[in-house]
Amino acid sequence: MATVLESVGNKTIKQLDYVGSLNIQLWSTLRAMKSALPLVGNRYRWLATVRQVLEIGYDALPMVSLMALCTGFILAMQGATELQRFGAQGFVVDLVVIAFTREMGPLLTATAVSARSGSAFAAEIGTMKVSEELDSLQVMALEPIEFVLAPKYLATLISLPCLSIVCNVFGILAGGLFMFFSARLSPLLYFRSVMESIMLRDVITGFIKSLAFATIIAHVSCLEGFRVHGGPDSVGRSTTSAVVKSTFFVIVADAIFTALFYSMGVH
Amino acid sequence: MPIISVRDLVVEYDGRHVLNQLNLDIEPGETMVLLGRSGSGKSTLLRQIIGLERPRSGSVIIKGVDISSCSSSELKKIRHSIGVAFQSAALFNSLTVEENVALLLREHTSLAPSIIDLMVWMKLAVVGLTGFGKLHPQALSGGMKKRGAVARALSLDPEILVLDEPSAGLDPVVAAELDELILLLKQTFQMTVIVVTHEMASAFRIADRIAMLHQGSFSLVGTKEEIKASTDPRVRQFLDRVPEDMAHPATVSAYFQQYLQRKEAFR
Repeated sequence: MATVLESVGNKTIKQLDYVGSLNIQLWSTLRAMKSALPLVGNRYRWLATVRQVLEIGYDALPMVSLMALCTGFILAMQGATELQRFGAQGFVVDLVVIAFTREMGPLLTATAVSARSGSAFAAEIGTMKVSEELDSLQVMALEPIEFVLAPKYLATLISLPCLSIVCNVFGILAGGLFMFFSARLSPLLYFRSVMESIMLRDVITGFIKSLAFATIIAHVSCLEGFRVHGGPDSVGRSTTSAVVKSTFFVIVADAIFTALFYSMGVH
Repeated sequence: MPIISVRDLVVEYDGRHVLNQLNLDIEPGETMVLLGRSGSGKSTLLRQIIGLERPRSGSVIIKGVDISSCSSSELKKIRHSIGVAFQSAALFNSLTVEENVALLLREHTSLAPSIIDLMVWMKLAVVGLTGFGKLHPQALSGGMKKRGAVARALSLDPEILVLDEPSAGLDPVVAAELDELILLLKQTFQMTVIVVTHEMASAFRIADRIAMLHQGSFSLVGTKEEIKASTDPRVRQFLDRVPEDMAHPATVSAYFQQYLQRKEAFR
């Protein structure tokens, strides 16, 4: 009995330590963010941020676009099959538009960014830890949070909402292609229907979710990197852990946000 | 007045004493070599001196400031007067050698870019790397990386230069070159140099005084001559390269006998 209690206690302490570390890291990064901003911040941090935006955002465009096209197509096909039974095929447009702006856009993008960039953050920081580069930063009176994390966080905050918009566009475009080939719905008519279905509040809630997902991915992945101990095998484990944990937390956060918006009557 | 003063330093990892009540004074302009077997606590003492870890008790006073209990801003200020070259060199792989050396000058001074370029060239010239500034650390040999790390450590003209295992993993010629470089730096810039090593030849070439560590305590602190003349069994064992914990031939033979008997019994 004592061993079970001890084990539960140890695990609880570990989880609390993890959450505490995440909180401390988040607040330290927010304090250091000014240095990564253009004009008011440090020129080299801003340049690092721009490089990160290109890596996280620009380089992910083909992957996110293709994922959005496929998902949009699948959603439209599955929706059309069911809605056809009620003679409501026209609602496929609403289904695709609402699903993408509220949920699929931010969620799909977050999954892609978590897999591509979250793993890269953890691997990069973990390698820096193993090769004493982080220690080296500290003895040079440079804060790793400001030097390494702040540009990555700001870049993720910029890139993820932009990628979400691209994802929405391609998802909705896939719905249009499906409707054109299956129901001969003209692109112009589809576009009009899309404009009628899109709600500003859905776009805003999607944007809020994107910012939250960016925060989760950047911080969970970087923390995994900072917690690396030992050799290269530890870097591999932290990379896997970064993707698994950030994807899990993104989905949990999505559920919380959706429930919150639902209870507030925003949806 | 000593530039570095270690007082009653105790360091523990998981309840295990790594450093026991250490006391050491290092005078300005002195080259102090920390010598000892692997696991004797040399690197731990070094990490305390450069403020990467805080002790369980005791103090490390650098230029009159106790860095084991000072504020982070005071520690940052002190760090500007310490240059550190790590065992793994710890040059930033994402930057060229020039950028690595220029990093501190860009971050901590308001010098014009042209002046920074000139200073970087001078630092690289001191370590004999002028033709390699545009290369990334991955493209350098082990000895060149270490010299690059020394150039970066020198970038702010520190009063104290700390070198962790500068000749580890290098061939004797390159190791001797690094020793000469350390002597040159000391003579030219009047720096206080602390070197961690277990290379006897290197220690006797560069040291003014040697501190011999054994299981977290100093066996002896003295000049090269005092160390050479020491009759302390632990010092003599290290100097005379007497092996320890070797398996006795009779024990090895008995083990093989037992092993073969077990094999026979299974047949």
